[in-house]
Amino acid sequence: MSRHDPVKTRTAALVGNPNAGKSALFNALTGARQKIANYPGVTVERKAGRLTLPSGDSVELIDLPGSYSFDAASPDEEVTRKVVHGEFAGESIPDVIVLVVDAANLEQHLVFAQEVLELGRPTVIALNMIDLAERDGLTLDPAALSEALGVPVVPTVAVRRRGLAELAEAIADAEAHADEDAHKRWHITLPERRLAAKHIARAAILSKSARHTVENGIDRVLLNPWVGPVILFGLLFVIFQAVFAWATPFADALEDGVGAISGVVSASLPSGFVHDFLVEGVLAGVGSVVVFLPQIVILFFFILLMEASGYMARAAFLMDRLMAGVGLSGKSFIPLLSSFACAIPGIMATRSIPDPKDRLTTILVAPLMTCSARLPVYAVIIAAVIPQTTIGPGVGLQGLVLFALYIAGIVGAMVVALVLRHTVTSGAASGFIMEMPRYQLPRLKDLAIGLWQRAWVFLRRAGTIIFVVTIALWLMLSFPKAEPGESQMDASVAGMIADGLHPVLEPIGFNREMSLALVPAMAAREVAVSALATTYAVDAEDEDLAAEGVTDRIAELWSLPTALAFLAWFVFAPQCISTIAVARRETNGWKWPAFMVAYLFALAYVFAGLTFWIATALGL
Amino acid sequence: MTLDGFEHDKAARIVAVDWAMLAGDEGKRLKALGVDEGTEVAVVHRGIFGTRDPLAVRIGRMTIALRRSHALAIEVEPA
Repeated sequence: MSRHDPVKTRTAALVGNPNAGKSALFNALTGARQKIANYPGVTVERKAGRLTLPSGDSVELIDLPGSYSFDAASPDEEVTRKVVHGEFAGESIPDVIVLVVDAANLEQHLVFAQEVLELGRPTVIALNMIDLAERDGLTLDPAALSEALGVPVVPTVAVRRRGLAELAEAIADAEAHADEDAHKRWHITLPERRLAAKHIARAAILSKSARHTVENGIDRVLLNPWVGPVILFGLLFVIFQAVFAWATPFADALEDGVGAISGVVSASLPSGFVHDFLVEGVLAGVGSVVVFLPQIVILFFFILLMEASGYMARAAFLMDRLMAGVGLSGKSFIPLLSSFACAIPGIMATRSIPDPKDRLTTILVAPLMTCSARLPVYAVIIAAVIPQTTIGPGVGLQGLVLFALYIAGIVGAMVVALVLRHTVTSGAASGFIMEMPRYQLPRLKDLAIGLWQRAWVFLRRAGTIIFVVTIALWLMLSFPKAEPGESQMDASVAGMIADGLHPVLEPIGFNREMSLALVPAMAAREVAVSALATTYAVDAEDEDLAAEGVTDRIAELWSLPTALAFLAWFVFAPQCISTIAVARRETNGWKWPAFMVAYLFALAYVFAGLTFWIATALGL
Repeated sequence: MTLDGFEHDKAARIVAVDWAMLAGDEGKRLKALGVDEGTEVAVVHRGIFGTRDPLAVRIGRMTIALRRSHALAIEVEPA
């Protein structure tokens, strides 16, 4: 049988414990050209890249999810087990297994390593993060390890590119023998494996100084029951400052860019259907979403930094007690933090939560975290109706209202989680069990690759789902065409829907323009602002009025209770098609997204109503 | 004595784990992290004041986080 069968690509798979440095090794071996997709039928990411062997040939390298054992406890581990056993439909069994073990954690990592070796597949071991082992005072003997395990062992430091050429060479050697029959080894039990791991690890460690690990020292401060939470909240404060302050110039530049393109298109196309479609539909719609890219990139920069350095697990540790109070665990903290940028990556990040009920609850409350799309709505309404007064040193009333809206979202999420955990997602108290990885200096390249992947996922979404929805809404707003003297909004399909909606929304203080704005805002919340702007511009009686900004018109036309009710509505309302779509994908059906949309609209209605009625009663 | 009541930073050996006290996959996951009879462990950090929950437990050269409810199921003796 020919080894260089041109039809079939050779594959190698990275397998190992979580925190063995697998992803860093994967990045170092394949560079930035990675293909990210989902395994069919499950929401587990499949990362693949191309590894060039010394011979010039290349193999497809797959980064399999980290596992503690083949006795899978999570969907991620289940994928790893199936792929290396050749049981995953549509996925060929890897020709070579690259087993990644943490050099400083041999005794633990050799337990799973033995399980992998029992498969009898061509295997190469990357003895990774050997520099951290040296930092911890360990001197290792790779040859002894290789002898004991019967496979090649290559010491590597992924982040410093040490040992990569040797590893590629060992993979090529193993690949040359990949067609030989697998010789399975005897299966041994877990306690036997553990004992063997201990003996093999001891034999491979040449010397071990009694030096204290760096971890314990840092953790004494960062996990201190008093100092730890203060540091965490300080860090979160800095992150939010950065998200809103640093992003502004980039968002403005993007907005100007979209404006410039609109201008060019406007000038070069005759007015008519195509012109309106491109300028009002495509550019206005997709452009209004793309401007959030800077905020999302900055927030993810911090989240990736927290993850890569090992601090994220500490944050989860510190938050666990608080989250346990509402029936969740520290593991829900990471997805909920991401949801402040955007609920979509937040909901996708729930994949790391092993308990299904915990995960579902986190998905259901994630849209309550104030995402960046709400910011334009809040900013415009607050600027219009809240006076720019200070109510203390450095505390402005407008800022305080914005802060209150964020708090309302957080408190809402906590209360809803508590209620859900006692009703629809009730079950055994969820546990919190996780490994706390060692601290590490994150590498710029890994951060850059991670950020690029996040940004790309976001842009791809803007180019597909949001694109399609925007066009649909634009069509609904543009047809049928208005008679002379009639406003386009009134005549359009969207206008008719708004007319149907208005009687329902009138009791909670919404005027007709607001009802109208809510229809296109179903695609994305921030569209409400541009929809209001269009309505007021179209309805303006003269040129002067039309030139007035939307903020001024709202200040003139809306009462304070009405404006406050509108703000309260957006704390809860699930007005984001993409979030609903991603919730459907992550829960594998329409049942839970339907529930999510229903309960959030109910809350939005009740709280907007309460706000309106109370504010009116108070005579505001 | 259970791991929950054991002294800070002192080596302990697990003598028994009451797997029945652990819900769902928790036993499986603790086992995968190395929590089992005979393992040497030490409690190195504890959570927020008041409840002292969760716990950070050192196993070999690895640190894992678990809750008091798990620590109560782990019987230990001084190592």
